[in-house]
Parts: sequence; C-alpha cells; structure tokens
Amino acid sequence: MAQPEESAPRELRPAWSLPAGAAEGLAVPVEWPGEVTREWAWGGSTGKGVTVCILDSGVDEAHPLVNGVQRSVVASVGPNDEVLVEDDTEGDLCGHGTACAGIVRSLAPDCELVSVRVLGAGFTGSGGVLLAGLRWAVEQSFDIINMSLSTTKKQFAGILHELTDRAYFQRTVLVASAHNMPVESYPWRFSSVISVGSHEEADPLAFYYNPDPPVEFFARGVDVEVAWTGNARIRCTGNSFATPHMSGLCALVLGKHPELTPFQLKSVLYLTSANVGGAK
Amino acid sequence: MSEDLKAAVAAGVVGSEESFRTLLQSVVEVARAIFGAKASSIFLLDEEADELVFEAIAGFGADTLLGKRFPSSTGIAGWVLVTRQPLVIEDVTEDPRFAKDFAEETGYVPKGLMAVPLLNEERTLGVLEVLDRPQRSQFSLVEMDLLGLFANQAAIALDLLQRARRAERVLAESGDGAEVVARLAATVDSLEDERRAAGLKLLAAVEEVLRRDEGG
Repeated sequence: MAQPEESAPRELRPAWSLPAGAAEGLAVPVEWPGEVTREWAWGGSTGKGVTVCILDSGVDEAHPLVNGVQRSVVASVGPNDEVLVEDDTEGDLCGHGTACAGIVRSLAPDCELVSVRVLGAGFTGSGGVLLAGLRWAVEQSFDIINMSLSTTKKQFAGILHELTDRAYFQRTVLVASAHNMPVESYPWRFSSVISVGSHEEADPLAFYYNPDPPVEFFARGVDVEVAWTGNARIRCTGNSFATPHMSGLCALVLGKHPELTPFQLKSVLYLTSANVGGAK
Repeated sequence: MSEDLKAAVAAGVVGSEESFRTLLQSVVEVARAIFGAKASSIFLLDEEADELVFEAIAGFGADTLLGKRFPSSTGIAGWVLVTRQPLVIEDVTEDPRFAKDFAEETGYVPKGLMAVPLLNEERTLGVLEVLDRPQRSQFSLVEMDLLGLFANQAAIALDLLQRARRAERVLAESGDGAEVVARLAATVDSLEDERRAAGLKLLAAVEEVLRRDEGG
C-alpha cells in the first residue's frame, strides 16, 4: 500500500511523481485473480465493517427492514453559512430514506448505516443543505455515501465537483442517482461518482455497465418492494431505488476487499456486470 | 418603453393568466386520461412562502383542493421537488404519511402515485402527480418517459403562468392606470363579431371625446 503522507515529509517528495527506485513501495494490496468473478468480488461478504451513509429524508430505524441505524443526524446551514449537524430525532419525513436504507440492508445485512437528513427545511435553502450534508458526510470518511439527490443549479456545480473529487481521493465512494429526465443536474454527471440508472429486471443482483455514459451502471429500479414510514412496505419505481442497490453491492465488495480505491471498486463492478461477462 | 408599446404589452398580459391556467388544467386532464388515473394534479412552488400550492387538479379533489398549501419539503411532492427526481409508488397497503393531507380533504385514500418534478432550465417550478393508475400491468420505464414528457409540457405552462402573474403584478403596481386600459382592450378583443365591432366603435368615440376635451 502507498505510504501515508505523514511518514514522508511533503517537502522531500517531488510533487505528484514517482522517484527512481520507489516503485517497489507502491505494492497494491489486493491480489487480483486472472478472472474477476462475483465469487471473488463479494462471495461470503455481508458488508461487515463497511459504513454506508444515506443522504436523504431521514431513516426510520425501527423499521424491521432497516434493522437499526448507527447514527442519525440532520444537516442545516447556520446564519453565517456555517454547516450545522445535529442529532436527528425526527425519523423519516417522507419515507424515501427508509426505503434506501432497507435496500442497502437487504444486500449487505451486516453493514453500518448512518442517516444524514438533508430534507425538511423547506425548498428555498435545500441546495445549501444538500451541500452541507454532503460536506459533513465526506468529512466523516464514510466508506459509501448513497445519494438520490441532485441539483440543477449551476452555481453549486463547482463546489459539488470539488466535494466529489475529495471523496474519490480519500476513498469514499459516492453512489448517485442519474436523472430520469433529460436535464443537466449534478453531482451524478461527475466521473468521480458511481452514477446509477434503472433497468426493469427483478433480480436485485443484476446490474449492467453502460458503455455510453454519463450514466455508468443500471441496477434494479422498477417495481421494487421497499420499506416505508409507518412500518409499511410498498412497491416503488425510480432511479433513486436503483442507487441503493449499487451501494449495497459496493458494501459487499468493500466488506471483502476493504483496500480497494473507488477506481478499483468501479473496475470490479465493471468486470462483474452482467453484460461484461462477470456475472458468475 | 414607448406608451404604445407599454399599452400593447399590457394588453397581451391581461387575461393571459386565464389562458395559461386552462393550458395547465388540460395537462392534468390529459395526464389523467392517458394513464387512466383517478386524479392528477400540478403543484406550484411558491418560493416566497416556501410552500407548494395545488394549482390544477383533474378528478378527485378538484372541488376542494385548489389553492390549498403545504410546506415545500415534506411528503412525496416535497421529496420530488427537493431531489428533482421522479418517483412512482404503488400498492400502498397501509397509510404512509404522503396520503394523509389528500385523504383528510377528500376522503379518498390513494393506493399509489407517480410524481415528477417540473423543471425549466435551472429552475424547479413545481411537481406533477398522477394518482391511482389502474394496476393492470407492472409499471415500466416507458411510462416513466411518458410522465417526463408531460412534465415538460406542464413546466412550460407553469412558467408562462408565473410570467403572466409577475407581469400583472408589475402592471397593477405601476399605478398609472395602464392596467385599466389594458383590461378594457383585452375585454373588447375577446368579444365576437358584432359585439367586438360595437366595442371598438365605442372606444373610438371615447377616444375622440377625450382628445377633443384635451384640445379644449
């Protein structure tokens, strides 16, 4: 594994380059097999040790399909534009966050779930709250952040880009819903995130790589039975339900191969996609 | 802006709200008919109040819900508005929170709904909902695309309605009487054949009298 920065003083290192003879220090910890199969990628994994953050409407942690949440917080923006994050006791204001949490849990039963609520403070400030919640989640270095939200405001694109790149380089995998409609929105269009659209099949483990991006993967998103507020179970359709399927899969892979960088994880997903021949 | 141009713009604005409301209403009527749904509605985002307002309704609730308001970021419509993501929910067997407002007003509890954001370039204008389409077949992505097409149309109609309202407000606040003149011109313009001709004749006579007095 690459040495952590603190063990190599920055001033002694050529910026962003590899000095002669240092290549040996760049050992990649993962032993890659000749053929990457699903068995290799996540066989036996339950997502244990992986934390998945649900950036959404809150999560009803008492729902049997969710089966507990490690922590629930609500994000807001203070009077001086500071990010405020407090413990959240409101639960789920809509039902959607609970649905996403339940889907992740169904695939990765032993992962840790954290809810960051970015909904409920009105529409007007919602762009700022989305940024605040995402910034906090990235700072916590969660393994995976599941987000079904996007913004059409170009003024937020730059900051979102910066945040998603930061997540990518620190090994936080951001899984974002592609838009169902032909509009420009962010952050799902950024290449540093895993963007997800829907297919119509019923298999929760069926997913496809899209060779014609910006949407990179298609996962189950049509007629999915999900958890909802009030201990309900309902059937839903939308890319926002395909997204937690990919987050759950990421949790399984990282549970077994925690050393993977987002780039490597994306490569594993590519190689195990149904249309790439890795669905074994 | 010249006085003539101002009068022309004012004449164009007055009465246009009614046309755009009719357009909006036709969008919900068609959406309801195409999907065979029990009801369809358009919510307008009132940015100043940070609330969603029932702006057009076809089917259940048409008599009672028009103009009703609720906070902009709660419930299904609020989620769709804030996330800008469409959502389809079916087969509701219990009573999740989303149905309660609607049910309390109408006594009708929807078992499912489709909700899609109304987007116009960078702006989010509102939400289109279609309630209880028949459960004949599994929902498909083709229907999601169809819903998106309706949403585009509804967003354009909503944008026009908002522009018309803004222009009316500006006109009313200008305080120079242009609104009265514009309303009169629009009224005459909306008359048919003989009545229109008579109206124009009357206005011409009024103008002549006013000019005569002015010339004094």
